[in-house]
Amino acid sequence: MTLTKRLLAPGWYRAALGISLGFGLGTGIVVVIRALYGWDPIVDWDAIITVGALIGAPLGWLVGIGCFDYWFRWASGAPTIPEDHSGHGAYSWRDYFRVNTDHKVIGIQYICTTFFFFIAGGLMAMVMRAELAQPGTQFVDPNTFNGLFSVHASLMIFLFIIPVFAGIANFVIPLMIGAPDMAFPRLNALSYWMLPAAGVMMLCSFVAPGGAFATGWTAYAPLSTDTPLGQQFFTLGVQFAGASSIATALNFLVTIITMRAPGMTFWRMPLLVWANFTTSLLVVIATPFIAGSQFFVLLDRTVGTHFFDPGQGGDVIMYQHVFWFYSHPAVYIMMLPGFGIISEVISTHARKPVFGYRMMAFSLVAIVILGFTVWAHHMFVSGMQSWVRIPMMITTMLIAVPTGIKIFSWLATLWRGVIHLRTPMLFALGFITMFTLGGISGIMLAVVPFDIHVSDTYFIVAHIHYVLFGGSVFTIFAGIYHWFPKMTGRMYDESLGRLHFWLSFIFFNLTFGPMHFVGIDGMPRRVADYAEQYATWNAIISISAFIFGASFLIFLYNIIASWRHGPAAEGNPWRAHSIEWQVSSPPPVFNFDEVPTVVGGPYEYGVPGAVHAVFKEKEPAAAGAGAVPTPAGGGGAPPPVDQ
Amino acid sequence: MTERERVEADEAKAPPEADPRIAGEKHPVARMIGIGLLASLVGIAITLSIDWFPANASTSATKIDNLYDVLLICSVPVFVLVMTIAIYSVVRFRAKPGDMGDGPPIHGNTRLEIVWVTIPFIMVTTLAIYGWITLDDIEAKQKNEMVVNVTGQQFTWTFEYPSEKLETKELVLPVNRPIEFKIRSKDVIHSFWVPQFRLKSDAVPGLTTKIRVTPDKVGNYEAVCAELCGLGHSTMRQFVRVVPARAFQTWISDQKKAAGGGGGGGAPNAEQIFNSVGCSGCHTLAAAGATAKVGPNLGKLGDVDAKFIRTSIEDPNANVTKGYKPNIMPQDFKTKLSKEEIDALVKYLLGSQE
Repeated sequence: MTLTKRLLAPGWYRAALGISLGFGLGTGIVVVIRALYGWDPIVDWDAIITVGALIGAPLGWLVGIGCFDYWFRWASGAPTIPEDHSGHGAYSWRDYFRVNTDHKVIGIQYICTTFFFFIAGGLMAMVMRAELAQPGTQFVDPNTFNGLFSVHASLMIFLFIIPVFAGIANFVIPLMIGAPDMAFPRLNALSYWMLPAAGVMMLCSFVAPGGAFATGWTAYAPLSTDTPLGQQFFTLGVQFAGASSIATALNFLVTIITMRAPGMTFWRMPLLVWANFTTSLLVVIATPFIAGSQFFVLLDRTVGTHFFDPGQGGDVIMYQHVFWFYSHPAVYIMMLPGFGIISEVISTHARKPVFGYRMMAFSLVAIVILGFTVWAHHMFVSGMQSWVRIPMMITTMLIAVPTGIKIFSWLATLWRGVIHLRTPMLFALGFITMFTLGGISGIMLAVVPFDIHVSDTYFIVAHIHYVLFGGSVFTIFAGIYHWFPKMTGRMYDESLGRLHFWLSFIFFNLTFGPMHFVGIDGMPRRVADYAEQYATWNAIISISAFIFGASFLIFLYNIIASWRHGPAAEGNPWRAHSIEWQVSSPPPVFNFDEVPTVVGGPYEYGVPGAVHAVFKEKEPAAAGAGAVPTPAGGGGAPPPVDQ
Repeated sequence: MTERERVEADEAKAPPEADPRIAGEKHPVARMIGIGLLASLVGIAITLSIDWFPANASTSATKIDNLYDVLLICSVPVFVLVMTIAIYSVVRFRAKPGDMGDGPPIHGNTRLEIVWVTIPFIMVTTLAIYGWITLDDIEAKQKNEMVVNVTGQQFTWTFEYPSEKLETKELVLPVNRPIEFKIRSKDVIHSFWVPQFRLKSDAVPGLTTKIRVTPDKVGNYEAVCAELCGLGHSTMRQFVRVVPARAFQTWISDQKKAAGGGGGGGAPNAEQIFNSVGCSGCHTLAAAGATAKVGPNLGKLGDVDAKFIRTSIEDPNANVTKGYKPNIMPQDFKTKLSKEEIDALVKYLLGSQE
């Protein structure tokens, strides 16, 4: 291919060109506007970086890589290129590095990308623990330290937990509901490709003049309107991550509402589908609020508005209300998909129907509704109207009721099951343990007088990691191990998986458990240095954190080695009932040659002869095949050779 | 078949007595309750015996510590309950090697589900009411309150006693006298917290927030900034002393004398400026007793003149010392400080070189 052709065809060459053109265009706009107004200097690098590098370049990159080709043709009236599905499936590792509309490829792209940012964020945590191992300043100066915890949290939340759930769901949900793909495959691809832009932006903030954004992931104004340029890397990075999140959520909603297989009523949907349905509702309603809050900050910083400048009629507390109106529901955005995963894992590996299926679904809906009524519990000491604290305390505590329903129902599912302690199940049990602890400390934090003492201390750091690591990340591990055979067509190594579980479970607790103590004892969070009296606990925490961090390497090795050389997986190694397990591993390029028909609930374990779905040609056999339906691949295409 | 009928049918199909794994056991549930009760008692005893809090130095502290004890007593049995069922199930119902069977198809149990909705509901509602009562209690207006104005700025606290017309950097409080803190901020959000009092409130630009504290124990404590406020956040800690009433009066009159003597000439006190506008939050200066290490040591500037020092205050990026980064020091001192104040600072720094 000639260079010109390469530069015109979607791909990395055109992406590089797009970046340059986007940056050039942004720079041009800045220079022209400043020249027209007669501002000095005409070449203002802060403005050029904001408009050129943080807005123009990523948009140019998205155009260059090929996310908009079809839409541009259609919008301009040019003949569109009919979709011949030649882009479906991945046949070599290179296929994962181009725009692809296959939900399974996008799912893998999501998961690998988000784990890259998980590792980046984790390394930052290691540096922080090294710095905090003893009082005083040893490795990083306070400015870098503040940057480290801010970027750590932002990557973990916006580039790992939220999108990795979208990745797992992307792979699994269409298969689970018997759909050939997502409802809007091109939008799905665009959602994915916005993510690396957001992540790279946040990482790059470290090279910005004045250092990375250092105001925490909460970016409270007016600190955030008053700090060096790095802050804008967060402000705009969040826009890309948020847009990606909203587009995916819309996609899930439409897919789940309109593309279920015949017979798949709402009350026959697996709970993972319910979980992603409710999560998507949260995302589309709440995410625009954080986008708004960050645009306010951006405008205060760049064009001189006064949203958060009390001297000019601005309101500082308003930032927190808008921010938490997203960021509290975001906690459930980061938890509900995990609840779904746990329901799948526990019922499959304990061989029992999920106890109280309908209540499990209703409790998800209850959490969505209640989740919007509790945001100000993050603001008990913020100086807001004091009466608001009481209703927020009550609603916060009431969320414990639907959450309790879920915990008790999982326990009842375990009761009298046939429990196979495979790695996903271990992570599910670890999740129940630590999420219960995180829930309990959550109830404590809801009680206003206690919260007044511990808010902004290490008690909060402990609580958030118990719910987001012991909670969400453990469900992510459970999910990755559970669907690993389906995604890759190979089995992971069970003993390495167990070792990974036990090391991370033990050292997670040794890392974050003691933080409760130092927090109540008076150590504030987000500090680069601390009083001598907390030295012993911090040393213990740091050592545990290093071992905890190292335990992740076992996971990494297991996944990479098994993906390359692991034993081939059967279609249904766990003898599960839901539809994704009834096709080959990995699934055929178009999922199903024969559309499945759903004939019963998804978890009818122990009911003689029960099946969830049948493929027409297999119908007579499946109906009489006993408790376990035969893996019916529908005679699908041979799995792509991608190893 | 309705849900109810289906559930009942399930149970009829799979009675617990028929399960060989628990058939030998007469009352598995009763046994678990026994184990759970014992474990809860041990757990409560352990958690209550831990010394969680820093010293208890205000009347509110006692109430909050008691509240925490109640929370512990309620929480431990919940955790123990979850753990007992989980561990018991894993031990008792773990699949034997090669067991390809399924568990009984139990889909639910309406009665049980009503129980585990109702009991947590009652529990959290009761705790919320208790929390509300405690909150009203610790925030109630007291007789004979003394007002102390607290002002936060990057990276220091200033305390003002309006009744005495006195402003200090150290917070000294008479024991057993109710205090109303009125908290403000000059720049970004800070949070005023004395862990031994258990109370905190954000200092918000544009607002005045309040907390009421009655210190009831003589001692030395620290006022800590709890809300991330920038670079020197972790250094924003200042001394708090709670002293007997008479000692407080002596301290007040000493302070007044000192302030009267120092401010007599009308010239700004450079050391005071150094400590109050935030210089000491980031820089070391032996003469002012400052030891922070965010920026360069200002007592060891080497061979510099007044012009260099002035430029460095007014335009910090003009000369950045090797090993430090630009854009870290606030760039608004030129507007924040008066000309006289900058003059005084320059003179003071020039004279403080070691």
